[in-house]
Amino acid sequence: MNFEILINFSYIFCAVLFALGLKLMSSPETARRGNFLSAVGMLIAVIMTLLTHGLAYQWIILGVILGTIIGAFTARTVAMTAMPEMVALFNGSGGLASLLVGWSAYHAQQTSPVFTIISILLSILIGGVTFTGSAVAWGKLSGKISAKPLLYTGQQIVNSVLMLGIVLLGLIFSLNPASSYPVFVTIAMLSLILGILVVIPIGGADMPVVISLLNSYSGLAACAAGFVIQNNILIVAGALVGASGIILTQIMCKAMNRSLANVLFSGFGAVQHHSKSGVQGEANPISVQDTYYLLEAARSVVVVPGYGLAVAQAQHAVRELAQILENNGAEVRFAIHPVAGRMPGHMNVLLAEANVPYDQLFEMDDINPVMETVDVAIVIGANDVVNPAAREDESSPIYGMPIIDVDKAGTVIVMKRSMATGFAGVENPLFFKDNTRMLFGDAKASLQGLIAEFKN
Amino acid sequence: MTTIFLFFILALSVFLGFELIAKVPSTLHTPLMSGSNAISGITIVGALIAAGTGQTAFGTILGILAVTFATINVVGGYLVTDRMLAMFKKKPSQGQS
Repeated sequence: MNFEILINFSYIFCAVLFALGLKLMSSPETARRGNFLSAVGMLIAVIMTLLTHGLAYQWIILGVILGTIIGAFTARTVAMTAMPEMVALFNGSGGLASLLVGWSAYHAQQTSPVFTIISILLSILIGGVTFTGSAVAWGKLSGKISAKPLLYTGQQIVNSVLMLGIVLLGLIFSLNPASSYPVFVTIAMLSLILGILVVIPIGGADMPVVISLLNSYSGLAACAAGFVIQNNILIVAGALVGASGIILTQIMCKAMNRSLANVLFSGFGAVQHHSKSGVQGEANPISVQDTYYLLEAARSVVVVPGYGLAVAQAQHAVRELAQILENNGAEVRFAIHPVAGRMPGHMNVLLAEANVPYDQLFEMDDINPVMETVDVAIVIGANDVVNPAAREDESSPIYGMPIIDVDKAGTVIVMKRSMATGFAGVENPLFFKDNTRMLFGDAKASLQGLIAEFKN
Repeated sequence: MTTIFLFFILALSVFLGFELIAKVPSTLHTPLMSGSNAISGITIVGALIAAGTGQTAFGTILGILAVTFATINVVGGYLVTDRMLAMFKKKPSQGQS
């Protein structure tokens, strides 16, 4: 019994370490230590659990070794550009683990109090949705399946019916759990299907929201598993993660000026929108050499990266150019929109990988007020986040979305492959402004061209 | 009574989570996500118990699978977060700007 108390005390200590770890995440200087403390907390939780009497170690060791090899290998080898799909994968495995914990709890003991039964059902439902939802998100992010929203008529009805079915079966199940194993398995299968169906209608550029939300779900699944086995450390840790995911989801939705419901159900970007004002005109192309002359004379430069930067793997080239411009006496700043990239903070990680110091990275709200003092703004692979239609054109589908006001800079250089519209399918009047120059071609090649010009 | 207790813990933890996460700068949102993701791997505690106390073959298999996936989540999550955070650097000296 004393041992039991010791285990519970150690769980409290773990909870403190998790909270402290998250607190230290509030600054890049302390974040690494925070992550370490959090990992120590996890290790203590695992060791103390293993000390619980009567565990058969041989099976545990098998699972731990397998999981460690797979986890460590993927974590070491993944490219920074592929971070969103990596996080989706880890997320999914956490959700699946919670589902399995719930299942094995039911398998071991089929007559439990109603409260435990409901907790088991929740861990199955949330864990299942997290698992397959993350798997679909992974597929979309890594290009294994089309990132386009997949819509069909009656989609929301199908999802609602499925959800209702799960709730009904859950009711039937909780009335007589002992003799309802088939019902239980059906619920698990339906939860897995639900996870797939709720993520397929969501398009690639809305993935930051989906990943944040799934992150939250994986925490909630752990929470539910905690109620199943009546373990407070699972509840504390799960709740922390659940809260974290919800906050990130809110930030992402706000940065797109859309509600969560709109992101989840509208299939944004599936249809081509036509702005009534019909932005027309001539886009002014510019050569690499002319861009060089512009940049050579610039005193203040702002770089706005978008997902295209990641696609072109151009983060190192952009850093090199920034270095050259700084040596040339210009002030170089990176302006990062909250939804640039495929997950929250994606661009920051890419630039950090390329050795851009984090005090050179600026948030949208900090850079916009000084944009008029900027000589040249370079937009690399970003489109909707710099679209002035969000500010000016009330009929635009992205109207009201906060953007980085690059059009207020002296000159805007837009690096882009072609004149194609962005993810939202919205025309970008920025391209037709008098102070905008289009530098067509692969972003990495253009950047390397500029670097070569400077070195001439 | 235990149930009430667990709900108490849940409510306070959610509140604590909101307070802590709101202070994380957007620069660190990706590592925050992968790091908190690793924390959600705490379900490994439940998985260990399931794998170590399984009375039937099927129960044990469920447990082993749970341990494997939870471990992927924990080990992978923490390592990849550490790898990312190691890259965040301040400007070395007084910049020339």
